[in-house]
Parts: sequence; C-alpha cells; structure tokens
Amino acid sequence: MDRKVVIPGDLLSEDAKRSGEGTFIKDGKVYSLLYGLANYRDRINVIPLAGKYVPHSGDNIIGVVKDITFSNWIIDINSPYDGLLHISEFPKRIEADEMSRYLCMGSSIMTKVKDVNSTMKVELTLNEKKLGLIKTGRVIEISHTRVPRLIGKGGSMISMLKKELNCNIFVGQNGRIWINGGAEDMDLALKTILIIEKEAHTNGLTDRIVDFLKREKGARS
Amino acid sequence: MIVMDESNISFFKDGLRLDGRRADEVRPIKIEVGVLARADGSCYVEMGGNKVIAAVYGPREVHPRHLQEVTRAIVRYRYNMASFSVEERKRPGPDRRSYELSKVSREALEPVILTSYFPRSVIDVFVEVLQADAGTRTAGINAASVALADAGIPMKSMISSCAAGKVGDTIVLDPMKEEDNFGQADMPIAMMPNGEITLMQMDGRLSPDEFRQAMEMAIRGCKEIYEVQRKSLIERYNQIEMEPISPQEVESQ
Repeated sequence: MDRKVVIPGDLLSEDAKRSGEGTFIKDGKVYSLLYGLANYRDRINVIPLAGKYVPHSGDNIIGVVKDITFSNWIIDINSPYDGLLHISEFPKRIEADEMSRYLCMGSSIMTKVKDVNSTMKVELTLNEKKLGLIKTGRVIEISHTRVPRLIGKGGSMISMLKKELNCNIFVGQNGRIWINGGAEDMDLALKTILIIEKEAHTNGLTDRIVDFLKREKGARS
Repeated sequence: MIVMDESNISFFKDGLRLDGRRADEVRPIKIEVGVLARADGSCYVEMGGNKVIAAVYGPREVHPRHLQEVTRAIVRYRYNMASFSVEERKRPGPDRRSYELSKVSREALEPVILTSYFPRSVIDVFVEVLQADAGTRTAGINAASVALADAGIPMKSMISSCAAGKVGDTIVLDPMKEEDNFGQADMPIAMMPNGEITLMQMDGRLSPDEFRQAMEMAIRGCKEIYEVQRKSLIERYNQIEMEPISPQEVESQ
C-alpha cells in the first residue's frame, strides 16, 4: 500500500476526481486538509493522526450520562458536542420522574447516533438489541482516529481479538471500547489495544499482534 | 547591550550583522512538535533568542455561551509574554500590545482553518513567550500553525511568518533585538506557502522600492521557515514508526 505522511496544503494529485476524505480541491488539483497519512488508492484519503470525534448518524458509540433534564439524558460522548438521549428512545416505556432509576448520572451506555442536524444537535437511541446500559466489564478510551485500525479491514482485527482473547468487545466510533471477560483476559485485552493504538499506522500490524498474543499466552500457561 | 547613543551605532562589521549573519539570513530555527501532554496540539519554537510555546485546545464547547456561532467554530488566540521574557520585568497580564498581537495573529491563522467543519465550538490557541528577542509575534504564529496541525484541525494550508526590517539604510531579514530597537523600520508578515499573505504590519518608514525589497526578502524567509515546520511535523511521525515493538516495554508501563 502506498502511504505517505502529509501536512495541510500538500499537493496530492492533479486529478480532481481522486479527492477523498481529508482533502480539498482548488483549481482542479487535490490538496491535503490534515496532518496525517495519505492513502493512495483510486481515491486519495488522508487519515488524521489526531483530532476530536465528530458524531455521524449511524455511529455506535459509548457515552456517559452527565445530566438528566425533563425527558432527556445528556450524554458525554467524548466529542465537542453533547449527545441527547430522549426518554422515548429508551427500549421500555418509562415516566419522566423515574428516569434516574434506569440511567443515573455517571452510567455508561452503549448507544447509537440516530441523527445529527446541521447545528450539531446529536440524537441518540438505545432501541437496538446490542445497545444498553453497561453493567460489567471495563471501558477504555483511545484516540478515535485509531478505531478503524482496531477494527481492521472488514473487521479482521477485531474478530481475531475477540476469538483469541476470549472477551466480548464493543468498539465505539468515539474511541471508547467496552471489554467484558475474565479478569486476566481483560488485562491482556487492554494491553493489546494500547499497542494497537500506539502502532496503528504501521504495516502488518495484525500479524504482529497475533504473535504478541501467542507469546503472552504462552508465558501465562 | 550596545551603545545607547543612536548617532554612533554601526549595525554592520565587515559586511556582516552584529550576530554574524548576512543581511538576508534568518536566525537559526528549532521546532519541536507535541511538547505538552494535556493539550490537543502543541509546539515549541526557538527563532534565534525567541523562545515560544503554543498550545491548541479544541474544537471544544464554547464558554461563555454567547460567543458561540451557529454555523462555524470560533478561533480564540491569546498571545502572552511571560514577565521574565524581557530584560526589564514586564508587568504580567494582557496589555494593549498583547491585545493587538492576539487579534492580528488570530486573523493571520483564521483564513486557513476550516471553521465550518465544527459549528458551535471553539478552537483555543495559547501562545506564551518565554524569552523575547524581537519578532515574537512571527515566532508565535509559526508555533501556532504547527500546533494546529498537530491537533488534527483541518486547514487549507500551513502559515509561516517572518519579518524584514531596515537598519543603517540596509534592508535586513528577521531583525534581532538591537536592530529592532535602533533600526529604521520593521515589517512582519505571515503567509501561506503558495504566496497568499495573511498578515502584514509595518512600523517605521520604507520607500516603495525598499518596501518591495523587504517584502521579497520576508517572503523568502517565510518559505525557509515553512520547510523547517514541514520537516518537524514529518520527522515526528517517522520517530513514532521507528520505535520497536517489545512486550517487555509494554509490561513495564
């Protein structure tokens, strides 16, 4: 794969049709918008090395309740914008004065972005099978820019991790990750995810992680 | 310090300046990226005797609320000189000069930032001058530009900044303290590498010809600084890549 570090304003291509994410077009040429890695495929995408999470409709994320208003939970979603979870988006019908019995301040939830409007009002939902309150396991936070690498091409990395680590893992697009399993397995999962975060931009990472897990597990037994 | 009597100052010795530079030479530049752990983006810059540090936070929620813009992010820039940054202790806190520099520096950077990507938020830039030696606003803008890139903020281009001045009837690039204090003119500019100028100030007097010459010189200085900015950003990433993967190292953390 052809990859290169670029900085804002770098010329990427003379062909405007190859403009992808993290790029812009000026006078029919493609330039980089970000400091990051340029991926040369059919289209040129620039993947940032840092930055804040901006919610998009359809993202699965992990949030923390930071306030309760009449009929809405205000959710911190690790972003410049707060999420709003309306009472009607809770899977069960509940009364407004009972909201804190189901989700109280500090509760962590797996949730989905239902809609984002142009003023960045973020509406969340819990109306889906795998979503809901987090009762067990651990939540860790990495940079959201590393999430695609953690999931891997077509989910290759994450399915390998789930199998090898014997853990249930939910990856939020906002960089928060829920792990659930045995205490030792979770420790190893945590360590592995931190390695992936640190080396997200290197080639052949999945193979190296497989080796790493083999060594770690060998040392344990 | 050099002699205070303005009549008998000579700024050149054997065709070189007091610090041994040629007229069209910038002072040595050092740029370090990502020096602050808690900031979203940061940068430390040394341009000759100037030492400045820039921190970028955001995009984040706007406080106080009434400053919020519905369609775009706002940019706040704070230029501040440490009380120990100059020879005679500077009274700490904002003054008329730093308000002005904050405003012009913000306006030098804002045109390249894609503020429409982050409605209802703020991008905060803090520039602290730790040591001053003439040209702190240019050093601050250079640092802020790199720190913005480090924070992952989308920009159309980088910004580089450099000054030109006139001392002893000669146009010089990047004046240092003595030349700035006793010179005839000082003209800082900031620009994108493609030549678009986003800041231009001048004090003192230049004839149209001198102005053109100074402008040309300052643009060359900016391009030189741009190369250093670019190198520091790219090298930082290569450093990360070279770190070997060792399980022992992870264990000890």
